[in-house]
Amino acid sequence: MDLSSIDDIYRDRVILDHCRNPRNVSPIESYDLSGDAVNPFCGDEVHFQIGLSGEHQIERVQFAGDGCAINMASGSLLSESVKGLTIDEASALSIRFVETMRQSIDQDVDQEFIGELSALISVRHFPVRIKCALLAWSALEDALSTKD
Amino acid sequence: MFDVEKIRLDFPILTKEIFGKPLVYLDNAATSQKPRQVIDALVEYYENFNANVHRGVHTLSMEATDRYEEAREKVSSFINSESSDLVIWTRNASESLNLVAYSWGEKNVHEGDEILLTPMEHHSNLVPWQELARRKNAVIKFIPMLENGTLDMDRVKELITERTVLVSAVHMSNALGTINPIKELAEEAHKLGAKILVDGAQSVPHMPTDVQELNCDFLAFSGHKMLGPTGIGALYVKEEILESMEPFLTGGEMVLEVSYEKASWADLPMKFEAGTPNIADSIALGSAVDYLNALGMGNVREHEKDMTAYALDRFRKADLEGLDLFGPDDPNIRGGVFSFNTPDVHPHDLGTFLDRIGIAVRTGHHCAMPLVRSLGVAATSRASFYLYNTKKEVDILVDGVTEALRYFRDGPK
Repeated sequence: MDLSSIDDIYRDRVILDHCRNPRNVSPIESYDLSGDAVNPFCGDEVHFQIGLSGEHQIERVQFAGDGCAINMASGSLLSESVKGLTIDEASALSIRFVETMRQSIDQDVDQEFIGELSALISVRHFPVRIKCALLAWSALEDALSTKD
Repeated sequence: MFDVEKIRLDFPILTKEIFGKPLVYLDNAATSQKPRQVIDALVEYYENFNANVHRGVHTLSMEATDRYEEAREKVSSFINSESSDLVIWTRNASESLNLVAYSWGEKNVHEGDEILLTPMEHHSNLVPWQELARRKNAVIKFIPMLENGTLDMDRVKELITERTVLVSAVHMSNALGTINPIKELAEEAHKLGAKILVDGAQSVPHMPTDVQELNCDFLAFSGHKMLGPTGIGALYVKEEILESMEPFLTGGEMVLEVSYEKASWADLPMKFEAGTPNIADSIALGSAVDYLNALGMGNVREHEKDMTAYALDRFRKADLEGLDLFGPDDPNIRGGVFSFNTPDVHPHDLGTFLDRIGIAVRTGHHCAMPLVRSLGVAATSRASFYLYNTKKEVDILVDGVTEALRYFRDGPK
């Protein structure tokens, strides 16, 4: 069976790896922010708890989720990428990532900014699955918005 | 002779390729594909007969009216209705069901009355009753379902009471494939004076339907699942009930006489058909009925039973560790619908994988959220067959699912 076109999405094993072994799922001692997102159409869900160092720096993240491989991988990759960022930086990353995911597939992606999130960029080959990659980011925005 | 390969030649879309693979269309419970004859009927209407119906004295209008009413006759005979006056055109099964909930329900359902449903209803045969019950302070009850996806008929007698005004049941479940014993339900309902409504959206396209034999009071179905175009459906109602029902929508076409103060209603069935109807799609649905009649609905059912038995066997024997296949094991009480859960692979990942090898299946809750939740999952994958599907396509599906499970377990080769 020729599966090359399937590898477009689950390529480099990154998505499958993060789906099977999601990072940052251990409970954290304490948290300052929390956020959730649910897609009622497929039942997928994502929850984040975020612990800050000082007023603004993200130090600890706990990711919990349920759903498809892309949703789980997105939550796991996100949890890695926001650690160490300030709230403003995380917020900017989220806005830029969501924008990139919604761009057409031909548009070049700034590799420097995207870093290890690039595995998720291939999901753009599958327009109906983009929302699976974005659910975690809604949960992040929900968490960040609770910071007054 | 039911020759699937010959039938397939009538369906232009079945030669399409998806990502370079032949399309294996297994989403027939969502909508069926259309044969050339139905597509041609639409074109022929717009090229040769397009005019509004039931008005002009000009030739074109009369020709359009004749074809439009002829289509109603065809649909009426297809379900063995006593008269084509009892067949009302709607947009789809959902509109048919809403028509009953408003036109019949508003008048006949009162506070404390009971409506009996099954747990396997599509949202279209659940939400209109929830809303009606809310407006009327009526009560909705459910016939329990057994482990194998069939109704617990032993409980029906006690659940239908003096307070029951309506039993509304899906004939064939779109999520499980279960074919429910409608005749038996109708008998029990009528014993205590309740009406019975049948949601035939999945059954009318796939098996012979006889409203007199079923003795149902209402039958709702859609055209697009039975080779017809989208946007056309029908509702059958027993004459004495239909006569007593108030109009659903009002306006043009459905009136007899109108003054500035009031109006009187046209005769059946037009009383329930306000506005310019969906003429083209009704006529094309008539062509779909011709097509199905030429094959014979008994043969269609036999083909699907054969496919169902084959698919059940293939699913059982394949190396599909952990795969849960829902619904009855017996092809005699099951249509060609296969919902399954693969614990290690989410339905959406499976659906994407299968799409990439040309297989179209549905993933999600199939517009039966409470049912799918009761199976203990958030979503399932569903393959559903029709008269043009082949055993080879069952093989492609089962092999595809097997390969997907391996891919998500072991990763890309």
